[in-house]
Amino acid sequence: MGEAIVITSGKGGVGKTTTTANIGTALALMEKKVCLIDTDIGLRNLDVIMGLENRIIYDIVDVMEQRCKLKQALIKDKRFDDLALLPAAQTSEKTSITMDGMMAIISELKQDYDYIIIDCPAGIEQGFQNAVAGADKAMVITTPEKSSVRDADRIVGLLENESIDPPKLVINRIRNHMMKNGDMMDIDDIIQILSIDLIGIVMDDDEVIKASNNGEPIALEGNLKVSIAYRNIARRILGETVPLQSLEEDKGMLKKVKHFLGIRS
Amino acid sequence: MLDSKQMITIKGTKEGLTLFIDDHSSFEDVLSELSDKLSEYRPKKDEPVVPVTVKLGDRYLSDDQKRQISEQLSSKNSFVIQSFDSNVVHRDEALTWKKESDIKVVNRIVRSGQVFEYVGDLLLVGDINPGGKVIATGNVFIMGSLHGIAHAGSNGDRDAVIAASFMKPNQLRIADYISRAPDYDAEGIYMECGLIDEKEDKIVIDRLQVLSHKRKDINGFERRMLNG
Repeated sequence: MGEAIVITSGKGGVGKTTTTANIGTALALMEKKVCLIDTDIGLRNLDVIMGLENRIIYDIVDVMEQRCKLKQALIKDKRFDDLALLPAAQTSEKTSITMDGMMAIISELKQDYDYIIIDCPAGIEQGFQNAVAGADKAMVITTPEKSSVRDADRIVGLLENESIDPPKLVINRIRNHMMKNGDMMDIDDIIQILSIDLIGIVMDDDEVIKASNNGEPIALEGNLKVSIAYRNIARRILGETVPLQSLEEDKGMLKKVKHFLGIRS
Repeated sequence: MLDSKQMITIKGTKEGLTLFIDDHSSFEDVLSELSDKLSEYRPKKDEPVVPVTVKLGDRYLSDDQKRQISEQLSSKNSFVIQSFDSNVVHRDEALTWKKESDIKVVNRIVRSGQVFEYVGDLLLVGDINPGGKVIATGNVFIMGSLHGIAHAGSNGDRDAVIAASFMKPNQLRIADYISRAPDYDAEGIYMECGLIDEKEDKIVIDRLQVLSHKRKDINGFERRMLNG
């Protein structure tokens, strides 16, 4: 029996879809059976980030309106056999998705997959309610910005009304130099306000945008800090204890020597 | 049988008249005797208004009955009822009274977009996050950080106070007064309270210790017992 995790944030553009793609990929990398669901009807993106856009034939609305079987709509990933995607509809009406329908799809997927990762649309309307309906756990994504933390707080409040475990927090797009200068909220401030458990921090990196454009999730990269960050989140989901990444930039040998000698580089 | 005994006794005091109404006789009898008594009395012109206190003993009067009595008294005469004084209160009234003066302990975080309302004094063990709001008819005490909005004395009680372990509110509201955070980035402060300063005619924030002499009767129940 699998576990359904909804990835949500309230605010748009904080990295829900990127996080969904990368956590899903990282879990698949650890040989788990994973299914990603895009619930952002009309604005589907997850397939693009996964590089699977050209394979879509049926979508979630087709499944819900019984134009096809669930298995037919699932797209197998091109890199992992055990990773699948249920894409959102691009043209249909949002109202064609119901909470009951979502719950039915998720409970069916739970039979075959270890993890079902649900990408939630921005906002707190029906789309959010649908995405949360069938979830067992939730992950709230925020960036170190006041507006984003405010919306995350709202979402945490709304999730309290749902019958799911207290959500876990991912802080995305951290810019180390801004946090150091105090121009950005720091991690402790965010945790103090939201008072939920932190499950991961992810640095801001141009490579993420590049990878998304190429349809190759960044979690597949070898030694980038962001890639490790996403893989760490996946390991924590599996129950491992992994220390938080340090925010410091990796220093080269020369810089270390300079630092030791007190020379400014 | 009651003819011998008077149902209504009237006494004059410095503050005006006091009407003692016997609490064993029926309301109709009382009303008719009252009209008899009043008909004997012919007020002079230009007589000043006389305040009347009605002592009811162990009798309970509904609002309608109170209105009938005050109509009787004020229709022909220059009597004005100052207060009804009764040893009994209605159950509902007593319960609301109790509720308003109880202190409610709540253990939760009031998050952005959430509003928590309470009738009476509120003790919140937890934070009010930015964008969150609590409203109470009495005082608001917060064991935690106040980042959002707190409204004390929402029914107009200007003596209500807001106290917090950590105070960095968006807005403080007491009764009909509103104060907001300054536009510059201010640091939060520990162990402070907000209350209305009558002289300055605005909400001021001060150390918690000032409450002990500025709001001696901080307990809502005592305050209401004293002020009626």
